[in-house]
Amino acid sequence: MTQTFAFSSLVPALPELFLTVAALALLMLGVFRKEDGCRQSTLLAIIAMAIALVLTSQLGGSVSYAFGGGEAGLFVMDGFGAFTKAMVLLGSAFTLGMSGTFLEREKIGRFEYPVLVLFATVGMMIMISANDFMSLYLGLELQSLSLYVLAAYHRDNLKATEAGVKYFVLGALASGMLLYGASLLYGFVGTTSFDGLAKVFGAEHAVRPSLGVIIGMVFVLAGLAFKISAVPFHMWAPDVYEGAPTPVTAFFAVAPKIAALALFTRVITGPFGDLAGEWRQVVIFLALASMFLGAFAAIGQTNIKRLMAYSSIGHVGFALVGIAANSVLGIQGLLIYLAIYLFMNTGVFAIILSMRQKGRLVEGIDDLAGLGKTHPAMAFVMMVLMFSMAGIPPLAGFWGKLYVFLAAVESGLMALAILGVLSSVVSAYYYLRIIKVMYFDEALEPFDRQTDRPMRLVMGLSALVVLVFTFIPGPLLVGAKAAAAVLFPAAAG
Amino acid sequence: MIAALIFYMFAAFTVGAGVMVISARNPVHSVLFLILAFFNAAGLFLLLGAEFLAMVLVVVYVGAVAVLFLFVVMMLDINLSELREGFLTYLPTGGVIALVLLVELAVTFGGWAFAPDVEALVQAPVQAAASGVTNTEALGALIYTKYVFLFQASGLILLVAMIGTILLTLRTRPGSRKQKIAAQVARTAKNSVELVKVPTGGGI
Repeated sequence: MTQTFAFSSLVPALPELFLTVAALALLMLGVFRKEDGCRQSTLLAIIAMAIALVLTSQLGGSVSYAFGGGEAGLFVMDGFGAFTKAMVLLGSAFTLGMSGTFLEREKIGRFEYPVLVLFATVGMMIMISANDFMSLYLGLELQSLSLYVLAAYHRDNLKATEAGVKYFVLGALASGMLLYGASLLYGFVGTTSFDGLAKVFGAEHAVRPSLGVIIGMVFVLAGLAFKISAVPFHMWAPDVYEGAPTPVTAFFAVAPKIAALALFTRVITGPFGDLAGEWRQVVIFLALASMFLGAFAAIGQTNIKRLMAYSSIGHVGFALVGIAANSVLGIQGLLIYLAIYLFMNTGVFAIILSMRQKGRLVEGIDDLAGLGKTHPAMAFVMMVLMFSMAGIPPLAGFWGKLYVFLAAVESGLMALAILGVLSSVVSAYYYLRIIKVMYFDEALEPFDRQTDRPMRLVMGLSALVVLVFTFIPGPLLVGAKAAAAVLFPAAAG
Repeated sequence: MIAALIFYMFAAFTVGAGVMVISARNPVHSVLFLILAFFNAAGLFLLLGAEFLAMVLVVVYVGAVAVLFLFVVMMLDINLSELREGFLTYLPTGGVIALVLLVELAVTFGGWAFAPDVEALVQAPVQAAASGVTNTEALGALIYTKYVFLFQASGLILLVAMIGTILLTLRTRPGSRKQKIAAQVARTAKNSVELVKVPTGGGI
């Protein structure tokens, strides 16, 4: 009965452990300091994320398991995990860097903010590395609970409170669906481990799934679809994006989305890998509905944060096309898409955070009028990002879409690819409208000069990455391909 | 025979108390019936040999959740007759939804099957009763070894819940009067009692 415990068995989870300890230390630091210390805690949190990023990059070399015997372990670390975790950490660090000044100006800076972001990031990393429905659920809840609190963070603001309550109630419902589905699967197989499930559904046993299993799987997918805000589980997104404080919205739009999509991919290629015939129709429906709703519903928006919510719903649709392809190429396309999405979105939110007139925050699309004359550099960055989001060649966003659709065509989903391209044309309208407003409309009142250094850094960096990828796509393509191949060991070997 | 009788006793009390929870007029009575239902459900667990779950049910649900409910019911002035007003108008919709769910459950479990070699796959097999390991012991051995990761992650979730509660509700109120024990202890007769010499018959 006695087992010896070796600390070396914890190595695959080192980045998570480090971030957790860092978050606890920052919490202590914040509690025992007299003054608020939001800025200092934020800086330390960013440093902690950078260290975690370095640790993560050291680990992705091979597939390793932690917490439990071998392949049945609760936690898996592989190239796919390292790639997506790096994106999540970058996204979290960027948004933290952008939020410091904002929170101070709005006088809502408190040390709990970076701590909650850190805990949410730990949750996302656990999600990405989940190798069991139990660790999946706990990671998801750790992330979601932190996000609910962050949505309501500006507690004296009615809209933020509404956003928090709405997100919480609908999120709890989605968690319930996920748990119900997981319990049905557990009832069938007797294990919650991804490897155990994959074995039962896989070629070795090749069980014809019973009705209960299909229902369980659909419930799990529905719960996960809520977390990535895919249509028809998207209702919360526009309200929450609009109501939450803008840095929190920027955070919502990037890191949790990437983490949840990575989790979706892992669940679909791992335990359900051989049930592709059953889940493909579900994913195709989610993808199509998200792409079209994202394209059409965004047209009538006047608030730029709401517009970004619908835009992110549309992007999730495009990313799901890559998952529907169910091939190395498809997942590679998904990862490229997500990496580009990460930089485009942080850049756009850096600009939204700079939309101030005489110290007052504005969120209307019309407020961007005349930006091309008053702030040429900012307008140029926004133009590059908008063209890229719309998928205009040769910018990065185009390549992201191209790889995803290419994979769909290779997998024989021609109709899906064609419809996707059509919806992308529709969505180009509202991206181009922003450019038109910036360059051809008369300015009523110019924005204040953006003096915050981190904000300008993020803005410049995002435009730079989008442009650099356009000309030097090599490293990202190779990295994404290696990461995607991990999920399909059969195809590689 | 006796075990069956005891089972039916616990089961009948659980169902009866459950019905009373939703039909009692007084919300405080509802909560008390809920506690009765919890106790009887704990009895059912005991009959199954799951003594740990029985104890947890009593400790967590009766000790914490029900008391919390009681607090809420007593602190908030809930007008139940107002809550019940829409009951009949919502009944058809609610009934249909319940029926659909029931049919779905029946379909799911009617066609239920287990994976062929489910016995070999079971994640944490139960040890035979003859081995003398109680299920409290078995659970403890699992939670603190194999599932220590999940145990710690749950701890983190609870910590986040605590931070969130404090963040969203704690306010410093300048006007509130707090007890300052140090100031109370430091008080002496000199600065709180004034001795006045009153001349006889003179008044103050």
